[in-house]
Amino acid sequence: MAITREEVLHIARLARLALTEDEVSLFTEQLGKILDYMAKLNELDVADVEPTAHAIEMTNVLREDVVTNGDQREEILSNAPDRSGDCFRVPRILED
Amino acid sequence: MDLKNLTLEEIAREIREGRLSSRDATEYYLERISSFDGAVNSYITVTEERAREEAAACDEEQARGKLKGPLHGVPVGLKDIFCTKGVRTTCGSRMLENFIPPYDSEVYRRLREAGAVLLGKQNMDEFAMGSSTETSYFGPTRNPHDLSRIPGGSSGGSAAAVAAGLSPTSVGTDTGGSIRQPAALCGVVGMKPTYGRVSRFGMVAFASSLDQAGPITTSVRDAAFLLGVISGHDPKDSTSVNVDVPDYLSFCGREVSGMTVGVPEEYFIEGMEEEVRKRVEEAVERLSSLGCRIERIRLPHTDYALACYYIVAPAEASSNLARYDGVKYGYRTESYEGLIDMYMKTRAEGFGSEVKRRIMLGTYALSAGYYEAFYGKALRVRSLIKRDFLKAFETVDVIVAPTSPTTAFGLGERLHDPLTMYLSDIFTIPVNLAGLPAISIPCGEDGKGLPVGVQIIGKHFREEEIFQVAFALESELGRARVVDPESTAGEGE
Amino acid sequence: MEYEAVIGLEVHAQLKTESKIFCGCSTRFGESPNRNTCPVCTGMPGVLPVLNRRVVDFAIKAALATNCTIQRRNVFARKNYYYPDLPKGYQISQYELPIATGGYVEIVVGGERKRIGITRIHMEEDAGKLVHEGEFEKAHHSLVDFNRAAVPLLEIVSEPDIRSPEEGGAYLRMLRDILVYLDICDGNMEEGSFRCDANVSVRPKGAKEFGTKTELKNMNSFRNVERALEYEIQRQIQVLREGGTVVQETRLFDANTGRTVSMRTKEEAHDYRYFPDPDLVPLEIDDEWVERVRKTLPELPLEKIDRFQKEYSLPLYDCQILCSSKNLADFFEEAVKLHPNPKGISNWIMAEVLRELNREKVDISETKLKPAHVASIVKLIDEGTISGKIGKSVFEEVYRTGESPEKIVEERGLVQVSDEAALEEIARKVLENHPKEVESYKKGKTGVIGFFVGQVMKETKGKANPKLVNEILRRLLSS
Repeated sequence: MAITREEVLHIARLARLALTEDEVSLFTEQLGKILDYMAKLNELDVADVEPTAHAIEMTNVLREDVVTNGDQREEILSNAPDRSGDCFRVPRILED
Repeated sequence: MDLKNLTLEEIAREIREGRLSSRDATEYYLERISSFDGAVNSYITVTEERAREEAAACDEEQARGKLKGPLHGVPVGLKDIFCTKGVRTTCGSRMLENFIPPYDSEVYRRLREAGAVLLGKQNMDEFAMGSSTETSYFGPTRNPHDLSRIPGGSSGGSAAAVAAGLSPTSVGTDTGGSIRQPAALCGVVGMKPTYGRVSRFGMVAFASSLDQAGPITTSVRDAAFLLGVISGHDPKDSTSVNVDVPDYLSFCGREVSGMTVGVPEEYFIEGMEEEVRKRVEEAVERLSSLGCRIERIRLPHTDYALACYYIVAPAEASSNLARYDGVKYGYRTESYEGLIDMYMKTRAEGFGSEVKRRIMLGTYALSAGYYEAFYGKALRVRSLIKRDFLKAFETVDVIVAPTSPTTAFGLGERLHDPLTMYLSDIFTIPVNLAGLPAISIPCGEDGKGLPVGVQIIGKHFREEEIFQVAFALESELGRARVVDPESTAGEGE
Repeated sequence: MEYEAVIGLEVHAQLKTESKIFCGCSTRFGESPNRNTCPVCTGMPGVLPVLNRRVVDFAIKAALATNCTIQRRNVFARKNYYYPDLPKGYQISQYELPIATGGYVEIVVGGERKRIGITRIHMEEDAGKLVHEGEFEKAHHSLVDFNRAAVPLLEIVSEPDIRSPEEGGAYLRMLRDILVYLDICDGNMEEGSFRCDANVSVRPKGAKEFGTKTELKNMNSFRNVERALEYEIQRQIQVLREGGTVVQETRLFDANTGRTVSMRTKEEAHDYRYFPDPDLVPLEIDDEWVERVRKTLPELPLEKIDRFQKEYSLPLYDCQILCSSKNLADFFEEAVKLHPNPKGISNWIMAEVLRELNREKVDISETKLKPAHVASIVKLIDEGTISGKIGKSVFEEVYRTGESPEKIVEERGLVQVSDEAALEEIARKVLENHPKEVESYKKGKTGVIGFFVGQVMKETKGKANPKLVNEILRRLLSS
């Protein structure tokens, strides 16, 4: 089961990755091979098997509703690639 | 004092008992780093100044009769995946080249509280995605046993540093073998605890349901010692398990006679190196001679683990890595037209090839129309793999298997063939899928003098049984050897 | 052809917890930008969420109050999409296993009761806020404030059971009242603690299939929701009448023009790639937990309306108004306890009290007015101590100052004059001074009596007991 070039471009867009022409070709080929390998799982009938999302089964981990954080604004903003005052700054969303 | 052949435990004792200052210990490692790390490239950031200050502070405190904890004044290295407040944490990526976390990971917080002195942040595959430490933005790490070869990965910087005596110990992370496989390839001890044993807080996430931190050391006792320091419940991590941490060291030296050791048929496959098979079989024989009952077992779904893993891990990763978008921290591209362009260029330039490949794979596996065929299916297969182990553990105490099908391979050899690279982890991946604890310890060398590792897998939260068996085996086979990378530098090049 | 509308509403209600849903940051509204943030709610590398217990308590409350089935096993899922106000690149929400399903809210429209189905209720985290830098049209940048990021939300999705803007408004108000009664949400649409999107379609009356729906956004008041629905229904009907087809799209309501306009963005096909969040473990809600929460449930708006109708024999309309706010209903009941004249007190609240509250846009709890004040005023009037007119001016002063009505009446000497002899003397004088009017009364124009009453009242500065004055005047005139 191979993956098409269009699918690669669609997935790249979903994942917000600008790919070069070379990358598109490379990924189409490599992902195709990997997905072929994944098809191995189809040998197994798992319809009646429950999925395991967590390696260790646990439930109900909760915290009490208490404010424990003070003002950390400067630390939070200290790594910002672009800021304006107390806000992070981002380019405006252009409508396409 | 030459610390090269001392264990972590011994260094801690020398400092505690006043025969060695923290300053001298720290200088010793800083000096070795400056002599050898140019060739090995096991560190991304050496925190020289901070280490000296911390060591001096430890010595002063000790002079006043106070010890911080069991690691008082002991220098340690740390995989650059653990956030360290005020010290840049790159995760091997251009994306985080200049990221300085305003918080500590829980692992580092515990080390610091125990008195450890941070030598620096060690190299790794970018976002822990790789089995060779070649995908690091900061250049590949080389195997100190042969500088033309890879050290394994993703915690390759940590394993290489420990093997080359550039830090007496390190903490790495293991998502599909990233502690055990480099430990095996570098001839040191690497322990992946049960999922939930060590807090993941502040450890940059790759695949959240699989990631687990653990020690990389030169002895089994050291691994037991260090795991005791970093494990335990953390309310900041919902998946951290609230169970008691036993005194692991007390299990090193206990009798193993009468224990049952399972040897899974599926882990001795065609295509694995013959010498690896031999060394592991010899190790099994040693255990037999120590009085262990050896039982041949089956783990029938082993063959599906790799496919399962390469759906689950990239899927989680594709979501975990969505936060790197050039908005809050990290890399942002230079020029862009509007928001979407900024996102796409930032991520294209900030991530390396392997990371992009896995994000693509994971995004695909979760996308509409494919979820059930891939992710949904993989989670069900994961149940089967876990079930195999639980069934085996009904009759055996531990399982012994090779850690890696091969010894260290050459730099660049597999970099452009992802699927072959992925196969490096076929013996370590099932353990992560099942959430089990496992250790890799050295069990000799191949004909080229390259280390071979043997893996001991235990039941959930029964790390002490692993230490018990591993220590007994280590006592037979000999402790890990710390090498001067220089002396072997010529061999492969 | 006649058309009918099919409407479903999707409400996002901010929960009144102290701290955020997955970290210990404050949820306080109105702080300066990014003041309420930490590594967890800004999605820094390696940080992890831990669920706030009170969010679950509140969600159970909402589920019980809307007659939902509470799901025993809850799983949080990641909804993946990129937007600058979403710090992790995914929103932690619930997908396949929400906390509550299959409930209903009962509304009253035109005196009739109707059930609006609740499809599901789930817990999720809010996103941050994005503001444009400088003038909107020229802005090249937006600014991101994460104070609101990870504030807990309930998403409450109705069935497409709503058939008119009026029903939509009634449902939304009832749902708001329920959440406010439960004390889990402020219910403030203007501040955004209670938000609503709508799915609207029309179809020929009697048809079974749904028409193509549009999604309406940007309606930030109850009135605007009704206006937007009204406009959109008419727009769709017109499109169909003219032989066109309704396009499935998102439309924004413009409060200035009262119209909905297409967002006109090439929306990417949504592919949120939901999957269970591996950082959070499943949540199991057992009977004990549900029962513990059930014990804390207050009387709900509709139950209260029913009880008020029975217990106080009030008209439905009065009950609906009084019960639209729990504080107001409590105020009424307190007052009735002190002076058992429910209709009298209801009238005063609905007329005088609400006028003041609406004028100042405040809740009754924020004023100086106490139930005892209203009870006293009505009592003073009922006992004939003061006239209704005096009562109104006393009320105004009580409302302003918080003084007791008795004290005001006493100090200002407003006690009604019921001294028959004194009033008779005044009445005689009035008649003497107006012989012409007396003449016309005697010729049969009995309406003139009102004029005499007015004169007597004027003489007594409004304090005369009008009923008594009337009697005296009639007696004197007929003699």
